[in-house]
Amino acid sequence: MIPYPFTYKRAKSVAEAEALLQATPDAKLLAGGQTLIAAMKMRLANPPELIDISGIRELNYIRVAGGAVAIGAATTHFEVATSKEVAGAIPALAHAASVIGDPAVRYKGTLGGSVANNDPAADYPAAVLALGATIRTNRRSIKADDFFTGMFSTALAEGEIVTEVSFPVPLKAAYKKFANPASRYAMAGVFVAKFADGIRVAATGAGPCVFRVPDMEAALAASFTADAVANIAVDAGGLNSDIHGSAEYRANLVTVMAKRAVAEAA
Amino acid sequence: MAVVSMTVNGKPVSVDTEDRTLLVYFLREQLRLTGTHIGCDTSQCGACVVHVDGKAVKSCTMFAVQAEGADVLTIEGLAKDGKLHPVQEAFRENHGLQCGFCTPGMIMTAVDMIRRNGAMDRDTIRHELEGNICRCTGYHNIVSAIEDASRRMTAAEKAA
Repeated sequence: MIPYPFTYKRAKSVAEAEALLQATPDAKLLAGGQTLIAAMKMRLANPPELIDISGIRELNYIRVAGGAVAIGAATTHFEVATSKEVAGAIPALAHAASVIGDPAVRYKGTLGGSVANNDPAADYPAAVLALGATIRTNRRSIKADDFFTGMFSTALAEGEIVTEVSFPVPLKAAYKKFANPASRYAMAGVFVAKFADGIRVAATGAGPCVFRVPDMEAALAASFTADAVANIAVDAGGLNSDIHGSAEYRANLVTVMAKRAVAEAA
Repeated sequence: MAVVSMTVNGKPVSVDTEDRTLLVYFLREQLRLTGTHIGCDTSQCGACVVHVDGKAVKSCTMFAVQAEGADVLTIEGLAKDGKLHPVQEAFRENHGLQCGFCTPGMIMTAVDMIRRNGAMDRDTIRHELEGNICRCTGYHNIVSAIEDASRRMTAAEKAA
């Protein structure tokens, strides 16, 4: 499969990427390309220009400081999954990165690309939302609760570039997903995080966009046990239904994955 | 069109190619290295796996221009001085193939996972192979071949 023609440019800095994006507003940023290139090959995406930001050094880092893990947007899933710093501070985050796609995809795919794309079945959005992370861009900081706005849509404006995601370190956390056996995308994935001031639970794969589960958060605040969420069901109305599973099946999976995540974290 | 330069199997190459040319087509059609296969062409099957700067990636989901300046290793570059790579040798000995179509990708993926993990048990190998599909479903012998190669290579490293 061959995409429509486009022009390829390689940016060496965020400032250069910004300038290129301003010159060609319909251009797309290319990081790992593990979703974008597939869409271009299917001719579902037809950007006139690709601006490759994968080699920008200032976007590739992992820093643990001040009770948070800050990760540059061009950091790959492989780098996060195998980082000793991440494993030491938020093991559940390293685990979430380690179950994205397959090894070849993890070598290329990036944190910034995943959150900016906001695929309904991507793993990172669950981690970002449950950990109450902050998404930094070339212009501002956006709270996770305000970032994911719908299926494949985010609060990012035209010309805005994700530069970093900063994850607060929780007391306890775990991520469990039921992967589609073929694609490895989440049929349902639940990330549970316990902080001194409360619990956050986020589900991905089940609905059109990652979402929090307030009933589970309240129950877990009272008792952080798998039993506390065992009888809490999310409403199947509005969840995804496809050849892989019905909305009711996914609703049930959310409860099951939540139980497993709490059991692992507790 | 622009000239793209990289090192492929130890040799420098510079070829005029379109920006939209995928690395797998660049290797197969422009360099005539047809050992790297196109299976699903959708990043799922892993028949097109090659190493770019030492990492096993799917060459159907990467443009050739992205590999500008990179060191690329394909299945053709594994054997040295007429001697098969230990992973190739293990696939031969364990009959780790049926039709052989997925084999180049399986072997390139196996070399990468052994480099990262050393000697592995069968569960780990099966998990690591989740991005490679064998349509003959010949996984049993593929896993045996990788298990065998991972043990031999780790033992050889310790002895050295």
